[in-house]
Amino acid sequence: MKALSITNLTKTYSNGNQALKGINLSVERGDFYALLGPNGAGKTTAIGIVSSLVNKSGGQVEVFGHSIDTELEAAKACIGIVPQEVNLNLWESVGNIVSNQAGYYGLHGKLAKQRVEKYLRALRLWDRREDAARSLSGGMKRRLMIARALVHEPRLLILDEPTAGVDIEIRRSMWAFMQQINEAGTTIILTTHYLEEAESLCRHIAIIDDGTIIEDARMSDVLRKLQREVFMLSLTGELHEAPDLDGFKTQLRGDRELEVEKGPGSDLNDLFVQLNAHNIHVSSLRNKANRLEELFMRLVESKQPGSGE
Amino acid sequence: MNIRLNLVAAKTIIRKEIVRVMRIWVQTIVPPAITMTLYFIIFGNLIGRRIGSMDGFDYMQYIAPGLIMMSVITNSYGNVVSSFFGAKFGRHIEEMLVAPMSYATIIIGHVAGGVLRGLLVGLLVTIIALFFTRLTVAHPLIMISIVLLSSIVFSLAGFINAVFAKKFDDISIVPTFVLTPLTYLGGVFYSISLLPEFWQNVSKANPILYMVNAFRYGILGTSDISISHAYAILFVFIVVLFTGCMYLMRHGIGIRE
Repeated sequence: MKALSITNLTKTYSNGNQALKGINLSVERGDFYALLGPNGAGKTTAIGIVSSLVNKSGGQVEVFGHSIDTELEAAKACIGIVPQEVNLNLWESVGNIVSNQAGYYGLHGKLAKQRVEKYLRALRLWDRREDAARSLSGGMKRRLMIARALVHEPRLLILDEPTAGVDIEIRRSMWAFMQQINEAGTTIILTTHYLEEAESLCRHIAIIDDGTIIEDARMSDVLRKLQREVFMLSLTGELHEAPDLDGFKTQLRGDRELEVEKGPGSDLNDLFVQLNAHNIHVSSLRNKANRLEELFMRLVESKQPGSGE
Repeated sequence: MNIRLNLVAAKTIIRKEIVRVMRIWVQTIVPPAITMTLYFIIFGNLIGRRIGSMDGFDYMQYIAPGLIMMSVITNSYGNVVSSFFGAKFGRHIEEMLVAPMSYATIIIGHVAGGVLRGLLVGLLVTIIALFFTRLTVAHPLIMISIVLLSSIVFSLAGFINAVFAKKFDDISIVPTFVLTPLTYLGGVFYSISLLPEFWQNVSKANPILYMVNAFRYGILGTSDISISHAYAILFVFIVVLFTGCMYLMRHGIGIRE
């Protein structure tokens, strides 16, 4: 049984905007799945339909085998959702927000209290439990939404840009937390604009653009498709002219930084052999752009009108 | 349907509504108490002395049940419309929509919140009324059942208003242009027997007339209309409005894209 199965899902809004044009997705149990796409691609609409916040126009959605058409309540019970926009009752206290959500899922008494404490502590909000949500910082509000989504311990957690606007330290602690939740068996679907986040966390990736899925594969298979990579090399000595290297395009970016584009068929060992031959010594190396970002841009751009594909 | 889950969820919504009413008591409890005190002072005490008696009761006694019912109606309606629309506006309605509780539970939870606030304010207004006049209850069961059913009717109506409302102005249109005129013309301050026959018949098309008079019958034992008609009207309204609420929720009208 799949954690999530979407078949031929379509959505046309009342203003005529066709947000989803028959997408198919299949998420395995226990997977950490990235759903990426540019703004307005249809990610949030798809998530909205799965979590029953948006009415679909056509197609089928099943969550752990429960169809949202015939077993909506059973399907909802399996899902926890962290939406893109803050949708907290800002006048309510942090503790009440999470305990109310527990109540909406039928949890009460000691169990509800234990869960509220467990997730508020896990997301470092326990000390703020009496405070109104409006007094929290942006990052804390995001963490509160995660605690709220987890209080009923869903089998499928959907995170719609959970780390947007969150500082790097908290973002990294949230990544660790998400990995921990996933390792404990929760299937996670993540949408994000931080592609290094998707690359480091997710095992499977789907890219949606203009209401259609343009890529759906394992992360490792997708990254293997990347034919071209650009590296920035920091040099130990000054350089006045970019060297001519066989199989690589080079460009000087300042007197101690060299940009090298690696084409298909060439490897980094070959690059270093040639650099040595030119007596160029490298102190450090980094990718100019995140690999997934590179691929994402290429896939999305190839779908643009006039791209020839 | 998972009955246990829905019971817990309904209890949660009711508790949340009570917390909300108490958190903003200056907006929810105090204004109706002040307004009704002014009604009793101005209409009951100052003007009422010149009016004398109505249907065999002094004017203050006569208007007290109507004023209590008026506060119950407006507060039941106001609670649900502002709470549910506020949840829509702030998008925290999504907390309930993603949860596996039934739509009936969401409606019942909010209606119960409206009824509780309506009854709380009604009780407060009754206590204020007792500072100005003496009230004895002629038919306690009728009084309690009518106030409860009326409160349910207006809580359901408030829910429908909230579903359709798109901005804060939309939640004050119905109370200002429909509810208040119908309440004032619903026999709160006068007996329709004072009106010419034509206007008496027009007044009988106003459902609030039946609620106010049935409630007055429960307290004073006097009414312009048949009590059985009042019950019939209340039950019909409850069934129609609840069905309407369910239809709106199932189709996501006003709450889902």
